[in-house]
Parts: sequence; C-alpha cells; structure tokens
Amino acid sequence: MTAWAALALIALATVPAAGLLAKARWTWRTPRAGIVLWQALGLAWGLATIGALVGFALEPLGRGVLHGLFLLPDDGSLLSLPRQLVLLAGMAFAGSLIGSLLLSGFRVLRARARHRALLRLIADRGMRADALVLDHPQAAAYCVPGVRSKIVISKGTLELLDDGELEAVLAHELAHARERHDLVLLPFTSLPRIGLVARILDSVALLIEMRADDRALRHRSPKELAKALLRFATAPSASAPSCALAVAHEGSAVMARVQRLLNPAPRPLLARSAALLTSVLLVLTPLALWSFH
Amino acid sequence: MEILWAREEPATARDVSRALADRDLAHTTVMTVLDRLAKKDFLVRERSGRAWAYRPAESREGYVAELMLGALALSGDRDAALAHFARSVSGDEAAALRRVLENLE
Repeated sequence: MTAWAALALIALATVPAAGLLAKARWTWRTPRAGIVLWQALGLAWGLATIGALVGFALEPLGRGVLHGLFLLPDDGSLLSLPRQLVLLAGMAFAGSLIGSLLLSGFRVLRARARHRALLRLIADRGMRADALVLDHPQAAAYCVPGVRSKIVISKGTLELLDDGELEAVLAHELAHARERHDLVLLPFTSLPRIGLVARILDSVALLIEMRADDRALRHRSPKELAKALLRFATAPSASAPSCALAVAHEGSAVMARVQRLLNPAPRPLLARSAALLTSVLLVLTPLALWSFH
Repeated sequence: MEILWAREEPATARDVSRALADRDLAHTTVMTVLDRLAKKDFLVRERSGRAWAYRPAESREGYVAELMLGALALSGDRDAALAHFARSVSGDEAAALRRVLENLE
C-alpha cells in the first residue's frame, strides 16, 4: 500500500474514532489521558489529511510527501493537471487550518487584553490576596489565562460559598491557569462549531473541567468542591432564554462532575497506559508516512 | 479613572492632577495615563480650549456588567476563552441538582 493511501485511511478512521471518543465515559476516570488522546487524534486527523492529499499529488515524483515537496520547484511541471489540483487542495487545507488557528489565537489575545485592562480599572485587588474581586451580586468565578493568569470572583460568589467551598473553587481555577487549559482548547475552538466538532469541543471542555476538579482535590475535600459546584449551578441567574440549549446541556455536565466527585471510581491504569500509547502512535504514524516513499 | 467616574462633567489633565494632588504625581504622568486610557477607548476626549477634556466612555457599572456577561458566558462571545467554574442551570436539571445539594448538607 502506498503511503498516501495509508494516510487517507488514517484520516478517514479518525472521524468515527472521534465520534466514539466523544461518547466514551472511561475518559472521565482519567481525564488527563483523555485530553492527551483528543489532542493526538486532532493532530493525526490534520497530518493525515494533508499528507494524503499532497502524497497523492506528488506520487509520480516517487519521493513521498516530504521529499516530494522539496523537489516541487524543479519537477512540479511533471505533474498532471488533476494532481496539481489535488496538491492545491492539500495546500489550501493546511493553510486554512493554520490560518484559523492563528486567527482565533489573535482574537483570544485581543479579547483578553481588553478584559485585563478592564480588570485593572474596576476589579478590587485588595480584598483577597489570591483573586481579583468584581463588585457584582451574581456568582461568577473564572480564570483569565495568560503568562500571568488572573483568577476573578464576584462578590456574589463570596456570599454564596463558605470558606472551604471558596478555596475549592480557587484551587480549581488555579489548576486551569497552571496547566494552561485554554491552550489545550484553542485548536478545537478554531474549527467551525458544528456537528461532530461541536460535540468534540463539549467533550474536551468537560474533560478539562474534570481534570481541574481532580487537581483541586489535592487541596480540598471532594464534598466541598461538589457543594460549591451545586451551589454555583443552582444560583439564580439572569440567563437569557436564547442560551437555553447550552444551559440544558450544562446541567448534565455539572451532574457528571458532581457524581464522580462523590462516588470516585478507581483510576483505570490499563486504559490510561493504552490511551497514552495510542496517542504517541497517532502522531508518529502520520509523520513516519510523510517521509516514507 | 475613579476621579473621572466621580465627576459629572469632562475633566482636563489639569483638573485630574489637582484632584490627585495628595498623590504627588507629576503632571506629565497624569497626561500620559489619560492619553493611554483614551487610546484604549476607555475615555472619550474632546477639545476644551487648548487642552483635552476627558470623560469615561462607559460607567463603572457598565464595565462590571460587560465583564460579568463574559464571565457568565451569556454574551455568546467566547473569544476571551475564560475558564469558568460552572454555569448556572435552570428548570428540571436545577431541581435535580438542588436535591443532590440538600442530601449533602
């Protein structure tokens, strides 16, 4: 089998694999392995799709994808028109993936810069050493990720939670900041949020929350964190009816997080090792096929 | 910014300097800060004689509301990619969650 055909098979196989992984529940017991597997699967999809298109186009040169690209300036005229078109499609696909990643990265940076500037103007820094406080009655707690991440809570949060619960929330947000979960999510948010991609995004976002919950447990008890979650989710809010769909989904996500805090399952060591090994293979195989001829 | 929020009418750099007299800031520092805030669109400025007069583009409450909308993910703008602790839930699901909470207490 030629390298490009193998790459095409991998590219096609990643789609049903992503569907399965989005439904998987074992990842909830080892969220970090799940997150790594998602990243590897996404990378494999991109590498294999680009490699399959470019590999097919450059087949007559007989040097595989990577070498073929180097020969292109001299031998490009040897390719037939259909192959040249496929080459163009492969390049365009690669360009749009990288372009949308850069674009959404740029948007995120710009929105965050404004958010930080506003926080400097209006957030209360003196109230707590470990978080900025916003003067608003509704409960909110979040992290503005960056080189120097900031954790922000509202006055509504201070009233809603007791000390232990608040510490659990802060530990959760600190975990997001420390592990830069925003960067983990960025490649997935840069794709159009429809169909399978939307489900993948939800699935990765939930795993990230579970991972941050796990890290928060190093500092506070599961019960405190679960109570904080439940209080947050049931606190009155002025949510508009237009986002009812997102909110309806959110309820089951909160319930899933609470259930795994209250009834912890043993870590599936075998599944975890298998997931990590699969992740390595998922990235290395397309890369190997890129240079193979 | 606090001073400008407290004032009803636009203020010049001279006005702000005077109000901050106890902070012992150089007049040029105040001018630079005002200029930077205006460039970021947090202040609107207009000519007042030979100087610029500044006023806040938005009330303090307006900015808090903007941040909270982003924080509660109601604005539909996930660009800031903030990591939220949890969003609020309504209806049957909220009732189910409330029952779990009651059992815990």
